[in-house]
Amino acid sequence: MVSLLDIIGPVMVGPSSSHTAGACRLGLLGRGLVSGTPEKAVLELHGSFARTGEGHGTDKALAGGLLGFRPDDERIRTALEIAEKEGLDYRFEKTALGDDAHPNTVRMTLDHGDVHATLTGASLGAGRVLVTEIDGYPVEVTGSFHTIVMIAEDIPGSIARITGILADHKINIATLRLTRKQRGGDAFIVIECDESPGEGVRDEIRSLEWVRWARRLDKVAA
Amino acid sequence: MYKSLADAIQDAEATGRTLSQAALDAESADQGRSVEDIRAVLARALAVMRGAIHQGMVGDLYSASGLVGGDAAKLRAGPPGPLAGTLFRDVLARALAVQEVNAAMGVIVAAPTAGGAGVLPAVLTGLAASHNFSDDKLVDSLATAGLIGAVIAERASLSGAEGGCQAETGAGAAMAAGSATELLGGTPSQAGHAIALTMQGMLGLVCDPLGGLVELPCVFRNATGAAIALAGIEMALAGVTFAIPVDEVIDVMGEIGREMDVRYRETAGGGLAATPTGRRLAKERLYQIKRGG
Repeated sequence: MVSLLDIIGPVMVGPSSSHTAGACRLGLLGRGLVSGTPEKAVLELHGSFARTGEGHGTDKALAGGLLGFRPDDERIRTALEIAEKEGLDYRFEKTALGDDAHPNTVRMTLDHGDVHATLTGASLGAGRVLVTEIDGYPVEVTGSFHTIVMIAEDIPGSIARITGILADHKINIATLRLTRKQRGGDAFIVIECDESPGEGVRDEIRSLEWVRWARRLDKVAA
Repeated sequence: MYKSLADAIQDAEATGRTLSQAALDAESADQGRSVEDIRAVLARALAVMRGAIHQGMVGDLYSASGLVGGDAAKLRAGPPGPLAGTLFRDVLARALAVQEVNAAMGVIVAAPTAGGAGVLPAVLTGLAASHNFSDDKLVDSLATAGLIGAVIAERASLSGAEGGCQAETGAGAAMAAGSATELLGGTPSQAGHAIALTMQGMLGLVCDPLGGLVELPCVFRNATGAAIALAGIEMALAGVTFAIPVDEVIDVMGEIGREMDVRYRETAGGGLAATPTGRRLAKERLYQIKRGG
């Protein structure tokens, strides 16, 4: 459903809602994935991001997002200099991810402390983004909600346990999707929440022995 | 949100509401937010729009490539033409101002997109200056504009890469025309005709920016888009109607966009971008950006 606030907005640093604002949001999602400003970031740009990214400030916007700047933050203009000062060692590369990849796609490899993660995302236009891969797992995360992405063994009661943890922390679930390749195989779970689940919630979920992997991505859209 | 303007217009007229009230009520119901809360977000957008116009009018901003900048100031203070001192000239200057700020990585409101962000603020704030409309009235107009853009997003597209420039500045002009017609006292039905009369003049417009950058001709397309919106508003308020219903005009914009060759959809493969001079300038300027200006 289209919201009129999606049309009158976002407030953003120009010049392109897809190449600048969307790129910034993808950077913010990457930052969320590693819970802070990464010390090291390799950003592989595909398609139009690679071809016209420099003229649109896509590099500055991605770095700005990794630094925690939102799309309307004028520090985006000097984000590359700020990144160097704040110890974010970034590298941009041009890549070809194939014809199926959206023309405005970036693949990030990020290191923060002992956290290492990869994220692939596309900027769809008008500032909307879609994360399609995290740590090699296919996902669909829009950044319009606070999101938990996890892989768990497919055992009875797993969803009840996780929703119980969220309920204990007074976090309301907006959407929940569970998919699995086969009966008894790993379940892939994406939970979009109205409130931000803190690190505590993430750690509690991670401590469940049947959870193989869990990541938290904070909301980046208005 | 409404999926057709006919529904929105009928609903507004049947309940004695304006399109802006219908838009705010629908948004409030959809998103579970109060009308007050939505208006506060729109009021911030209005403030950013005014800030961008103010900044762009000074004339000291240039884009990364240096291809655009300084032209809003020429319309503000340069030699007069036949439209000197009119709302028309002022609106052209305001549209250029927003886009010059956008191209220089300044702060703007993407409405509907960054590339088409000049038309709506130019028309609305230009009218506020000439007719003394309050900010409250302009916030109502932004809600109407949002409704129009939402219907276009639903039925056609707001992306130059999908539908050409008609989907970006065309949509911006349609949003400006419908909202300004209501602001000036037009009925919801007249606003619908203003949108149709404006969009028919933008149909088929390609997206052909030099080097793929939101600079040339984007900056000028916003000014000419605002001119077409003013024409649509003037005709609709005079009682002119357009025989093809507004939703059908929007649908055909989407259809033309889908049929448009990929060279004309933001790829810099055709149109002005592919002219000998367009290619040469893009090559020179992109090289300059790589070297750091």
